[in-house]
Amino acid sequence: MRALLLGPWLRAGRGLPRAPGSGHRYRGHSEYRGHSGHRPQGPLRRVSVEVLEHLEHLALVDFRDAEGVERLQKAIQFADQLHEVNTDGVEPMDSVLEDRCLYLREDDVTEGNCTKELLENAREKVEEYFVAPPGNIPLPKLEERETFLQGSQ
Amino acid sequence: AALNDGLRSQVSAALKEGRVAPTELCQRCLALIKSTKFLNAYITVAEETALKQAEESEERYKRGQPLGILDGIPIAVKDNFNTAGIETTCASNMLKGYISPYNATVVQKLLDQGAVLLGKTNLDEFAMGSGSTDGVFGPVRNPWSYSKQYKEKSVPKSHSEDEESNWVITGGSSGGSAAAVSSFTCFAALGSDTGGSTRNPAAHCGVVGLKPTYGLISRHGLIPLVNSMDVPGILTRCVDDAAVLLGSLAGHDPKDSTTIQDDFKPFELPNLTDVSKLSIGIPKEYHAPELSSEILALWSKAADLFKNAGAKVVEVSLPHTPYSIVCYHVLCTAEVASNMARFDGLEYGHRSDVKDSTESMYAATRREGFNDVVRGRILSGNYFLLKQNYEKYFVKAQKVRRLIANDFVKVFRSGVDILLTPTTLSDAAPYTEFIQEDNRTRSAQDDILTQAANMAGLPAISVPTALSERGLPVGLQFIGRSFQEKQLLTVAKWFEKQVQFPVIQLEEVKRHDSDVFQHQKSASFS
Repeated sequence: MRALLLGPWLRAGRGLPRAPGSGHRYRGHSEYRGHSGHRPQGPLRRVSVEVLEHLEHLALVDFRDAEGVERLQKAIQFADQLHEVNTDGVEPMDSVLEDRCLYLREDDVTEGNCTKELLENAREKVEEYFVAPPGNIPLPKLEERETFLQGSQ
Repeated sequence: AALNDGLRSQVSAALKEGRVAPTELCQRCLALIKSTKFLNAYITVAEETALKQAEESEERYKRGQPLGILDGIPIAVKDNFNTAGIETTCASNMLKGYISPYNATVVQKLLDQGAVLLGKTNLDEFAMGSGSTDGVFGPVRNPWSYSKQYKEKSVPKSHSEDEESNWVITGGSSGGSAAAVSSFTCFAALGSDTGGSTRNPAAHCGVVGLKPTYGLISRHGLIPLVNSMDVPGILTRCVDDAAVLLGSLAGHDPKDSTTIQDDFKPFELPNLTDVSKLSIGIPKEYHAPELSSEILALWSKAADLFKNAGAKVVEVSLPHTPYSIVCYHVLCTAEVASNMARFDGLEYGHRSDVKDSTESMYAATRREGFNDVVRGRILSGNYFLLKQNYEKYFVKAQKVRRLIANDFVKVFRSGVDILLTPTTLSDAAPYTEFIQEDNRTRSAQDDILTQAANMAGLPAISVPTALSERGLPVGLQFIGRSFQEKQLLTVAKWFEKQVQFPVIQLEEVKRHDSDVFQHQKSASFS
């Protein structure tokens, strides 16, 4: 994987990411180490540009700047601590109510006919349709995107 | 009778006997909301509808037909619950101006009982945070910042700087609700609890914060954060009141298939006098190194309290506790990534002006509508859900979740009835210090003690215990067995009686509306 390059697509001028933990420590709190153990955290995980782009595309949310990317890297580093736990033979838990039967109601229409109310909150509509801009147009590529998104500010 | 006699014996009785009218009560609360505006606890105050509800309540009392204990009682609701006809924003630009077409089930239940909905309270954006500082309407101020107790203990840098820079946070994310209850502007408030969001601000604001068992109270209409952990939370000034609220909210809801179908019977809490049959567990892993020595001492004192009263107090172990917060981090961001996908600008909420394509409109809308915290969690969540990461992170976290839940099962099976732990690591931080760390770090720190209960779906309650050296509230947490709220609240009530937590002496407010104070505080009622 290509290591992350703080390339031209990251907005310039944002400056350095905020330092983790300030010098002015609130009384009673010590530097948080992730949990009550003294395990050092792993190295800051690098994420490739391809993955970052892929994530932005999936999430339809952008990192905006270097700080956003670093936030993700820290999040991954934090999550990596999970691997210290031995989960051999353990089944994943979807819900704490897994031992019960999910309630299923009868397949009868009990409410609805509220088109007017539902449309009230939509900004753009025509008759009873929600109106969207044309689809099937992929998000612009990185180089084009910066100028593009600037237009939406 | 003491202030803590609460709704059932005090206010409701007064309403029934005509000593105070619902409209009067409502007016006074609205006036108090205005005079405590600097707390920023409320995002929307529904003055007209509240007065109308109060009038209708008054009619019912006149006819001698009140709907129940909650008839005419002013309450507040966290702004992530849908309320028909009233703006619901989740403290986000994404939903600014959004008027819900329906009431969340819990809101509907309260209204059906005649409660008077005063307004929607402030929170961290989309309930993500532990300070109630990250919403678009600004941070909520802890009412205790303006209390005699805090002022006496604080050393102002200079007289003029005093109030402006010294104020402390409420904790979060249900900070607005906690502040509203703490400052007497309402008798009870709804919050939500996903990682401690009701208990944390309850502890910092000196009020009772109840997180019910997952599946007991309907989430229909609660804008979801983490579907497998969210619960509506209850904030009140005393444990008895929490039981009253629980009684009117719990029960199966066909609109929320994750509510259990068992019959729920509302209960009145007995006045426990004999605790000798109780077994209290003290989980050693909750003695986090970051725990302040003050709170550690209080926790110890509480354990001794039970021991001296004859209860069995034992140290227990929940070995996977240190991983709870990491596990939560993964599961929460993953579910958030999914839950936030609905905000695309088409059907409701903010919509960007960008028109070039659907995708670019979505992207711009979400960019404009969400703050950094929300966007950060969405991106992290999507990372953990990528095909190449799914097993390694998401499924792994689900496995760890089972281990955490099993820890509790083992402990309860060994004969322990209730667990006693601190709620927070320290008393409320001054705002200026709190914001020096980013949201994720703060949440990770502040949720340590509360999060595991959400993992396991267990009921938990924070009870105000004592004031810290700085004159600020400290709460202790009780965690109970699934669906055993009656036992949990009974023990909490006993504890509340023992500690006699002091009433907040709000100076500013007193000057403005001492009358309301008299009525709401007490002795004149009984």
